[in-house]
Amino acid sequence: MTASVVFFYAFAALAIVSALGMVLNVRNTVASALSLVVTMVALAGIYVLLEAHIVAVFQIMVYAGAIIVLFLFVVMLLNLRTDDFAPGRQKLVKLAAVVIALVVLAELLRLLTTGLPEAPPLPEGYGGYAQVGVALYTDYVLLVEVSGLLLLAAIVGGLILAKRRIG
Amino acid sequence: MIPLEHVIGLSAVLFVIGVLGVATRRNLIVILMSIELMLNAVNLAFVGFNRMWPVVAGEPRLDGQIFVLMVITVAAAEVAVGLGIVISLFRNRDSVDIEEVSLLKW
Amino acid sequence: MVSAGTTSEALRWIPLLPLAAAVFHGVMLAFVRRPTPRWVTIALSCGSVALSFAVACVAFWELRGLAPESRLLVDNLYTWIGAGIGDQAFSAELAFVLDPISAVMALVVTGVGTLIHVYSIGYMDDDHREDRGFQRFFCYLNLFTFSMLVLVLANNLVLMFVGWEGVGLCSYLLIGFWYSDRFNAYCGSKAFIVNRIGDFAFLVGIFLVFRALADLGAPSVAFADIEKHVSQLAGLTISVPAWMPFGPEWSLVTTVALCMFVGACGKSAQIPLHVWLPDAMAGPTPVSALIHAATMVTAGVYLVCRLSFLFAAAPAASAVVAWVGGLTAIFAATVAVTQTDIKKVLAYSTVSQLGYMFLAEGCGGYSAALFHLGTHAFFKALLFMAAGAVILAMHHEQDIEKMGGLHRRIWRTHIVFLIGVLAIAGAPGFSGFFSKDEVLVAAYTSHVPGHQWLYAIGVATAGLTAFYMFRLYFQVFWGESRVPEQQRDRMRDAAPVVIYPLWVLAFFSIFAGFAGLPQAYGDWFRGWGVEESNSLANFLGPALVAGEGHALSHSTEYAMALATVFLAATGAVLAWVLYVRRPGLPVRIARRAGVVYRLVRDKYYVDEVYDAAVVRPLVRVSDRVLFRGVDAGLIDGAAVNGMARAIRGIAANGLKYAQSGLTQVYIFFMLVGAVALVGYLVR
Repeated sequence: MTASVVFFYAFAALAIVSALGMVLNVRNTVASALSLVVTMVALAGIYVLLEAHIVAVFQIMVYAGAIIVLFLFVVMLLNLRTDDFAPGRQKLVKLAAVVIALVVLAELLRLLTTGLPEAPPLPEGYGGYAQVGVALYTDYVLLVEVSGLLLLAAIVGGLILAKRRIG
Repeated sequence: MIPLEHVIGLSAVLFVIGVLGVATRRNLIVILMSIELMLNAVNLAFVGFNRMWPVVAGEPRLDGQIFVLMVITVAAAEVAVGLGIVISLFRNRDSVDIEEVSLLKW
Repeated sequence: MVSAGTTSEALRWIPLLPLAAAVFHGVMLAFVRRPTPRWVTIALSCGSVALSFAVACVAFWELRGLAPESRLLVDNLYTWIGAGIGDQAFSAELAFVLDPISAVMALVVTGVGTLIHVYSIGYMDDDHREDRGFQRFFCYLNLFTFSMLVLVLANNLVLMFVGWEGVGLCSYLLIGFWYSDRFNAYCGSKAFIVNRIGDFAFLVGIFLVFRALADLGAPSVAFADIEKHVSQLAGLTISVPAWMPFGPEWSLVTTVALCMFVGACGKSAQIPLHVWLPDAMAGPTPVSALIHAATMVTAGVYLVCRLSFLFAAAPAASAVVAWVGGLTAIFAATVAVTQTDIKKVLAYSTVSQLGYMFLAEGCGGYSAALFHLGTHAFFKALLFMAAGAVILAMHHEQDIEKMGGLHRRIWRTHIVFLIGVLAIAGAPGFSGFFSKDEVLVAAYTSHVPGHQWLYAIGVATAGLTAFYMFRLYFQVFWGESRVPEQQRDRMRDAAPVVIYPLWVLAFFSIFAGFAGLPQAYGDWFRGWGVEESNSLANFLGPALVAGEGHALSHSTEYAMALATVFLAATGAVLAWVLYVRRPGLPVRIARRAGVVYRLVRDKYYVDEVYDAAVVRPLVRVSDRVLFRGVDAGLIDGAAVNGMARAIRGIAANGLKYAQSGLTQVYIFFMLVGAVALVGYLVR
């Protein structure tokens, strides 16, 4: 049992627990958001263990640091505290959905019983900034450009949607 | 090292938890957060597979990681727009209950 | 018989000129609001047909200039149907062919047609019932002339069928011309529907011929090709179910010939498809003159003539043709004796004379039949048109019981009518005498089983013809007048434009006989410069397959002619006695005859039988089963409306609940779909 395996299981357990915490927390929306943050951080830890350092950094910076913060902004802005809604409808359908989701999980886990190879050793300097930068701007340059456009559209869209009155 | 099956298994579990969240919760914000959880699960799978085959034809490949970067980008854009919609919805209905928005029915 | 002929670009104008006029009128009537001036209509319609006649004359002259073995003018416009490749190649051209037979027909159609167009100017003039009826009439007339010319000049069966259908259509349009009276429309429909039965048989014949030729390796529907292969076709048979009469194998040529003959019966009103012609008299008189005397009804005769080689190879079919023709002739003549409507008498007379033509054709005397066709066209058209003049003078009264003693007041009409009557009765020297003589000779000398009986029937019919025609004549023009005094005093002949064509036809009714002067009489005129007697038969000879008759000496022929004339004279005298000297006698005879008289007068109840046996059951089945059951009930109710109702039911009572509006329900369904997909992929 190497240290990385132990850490992996620890982070995995943390991720699952906080994910469940996010989904099952009915009373407090902010608590849900914070649980999600914990999940993201746990996942970032796992990325590091899988030698994907750049991705881990991005995860913390963008995902945990910006996206969830945006969620919290909105929650605060709308002053949402608890879910005090009218009684729910179609409860049977939701139960069925739960059942089916669990069935899917069982299916997927069954697949994983087939043997998979051991992780191979990594070459020198694998996954460094230089490599990621080169990959982004040679193989995936189109993706980069398009994502720029996408972000522009999102900015404009978000602005317009959230305005109180147009014009 | 870290067995790939366990990584993918974790990814599956997180994904299903996300699906449960979308299918069950009524708070629109929580639904959006569950969608983010699903995206994260997928990211984990990408990174896991990328770790499994880091070298292809003698060249080191980072495709999985690049893809994850793109997913994060798209998630950011999606959340921005999605929360914009939630805000305007709240302004109209004074609630973020997803069952309040059910006019398009028979 | 005749080899491939010389090309002539002029032939196409013979049918196309009337078509152009018809199209012009059609466009004016359908799309132009302003009525066309009358003189334009007249000039265009009459002019086009007259020009067509001129072209036909020129073409005829050109034909005469050629050697007798190669008298053939061809005008191939384009390939209408082209199919298959290599030796299975089939083509039907839009091609017109002028050989002696079609030349005679074309001249008759365009010549008599022109005269009738002129006559119609006067006859249809008082038609103020309908604003543009005048133009519509001429449009239909031109369309008819075009169709008839296509029929006559076609070089293949399919193009001929196009013309065949066209004349049927125009007959319907023209019979029901005054369609605001429901009865006229009914008569038009009757003509068309009875024709249809014949058309069906015609089509079956075409299919059989085509199929047989295709099996022989030369698929075609052109007359020349059928003629070329007729000896090979003669041996072929068709298999039919064993329970059909005449055994499991039918001779192909006999079947085809009979099918064609049934088609001809439909068009030419032979038994049992004759019922439409008397009712067709509901149309205007020029229509009766043109279509139901001179042209359309002769299309059947023309068809059999065209296929003379086929009938020559099928003696059984020829016998059928002869007997049907003979029986029709005498049957129609008996009915004509009792009719009181001036046009109905002429209608039955037409049926009878057409029977004569078929009698001649069945006996192998094709040129005799065509000769009679020509002379009949002249005097029958003349009689119809003169009757029309009488009707006009009587202010549209057609019952001869209400006429009488008109020979002074409308003397011009009287004279031409008399000429027509003399011609049809076969007075010596008139055209009808020679043509009837030829027909009877053909019957006497033929090999058809029972031909002596046929000859007897022919002679008896001649006697009856003379009787009823003179009856008609005397009842209208002589005797004690049954017309009220004041009306009679104001009566006068119709306008010149109506009468002049009658004089022309009268001239031809007298002298046309000399065109086809039979050999026996030609010898008399040898010294007078008549070089070639029997000229019509000689002209037509190479184009036809004539039957080989028994030999007939001149003296026998004179004797036969004398017998016929004697019988005809007896009929005329009898008519004079009964209708001029002793007018009360016919009524007493009719009362004595009782049932027989009523049977004949009511046309042997053929219409009633058809009505009960065919028409009513068909209508009932069509209404109850096909309309209410299948169409309204099954197709409309169950299939169309039913399907709509079913879908609406499913959607309204079930499917719509899937649109609950709740997002999470939709997500559930998406989940189900995704699970199914994943399950399939990882199975």
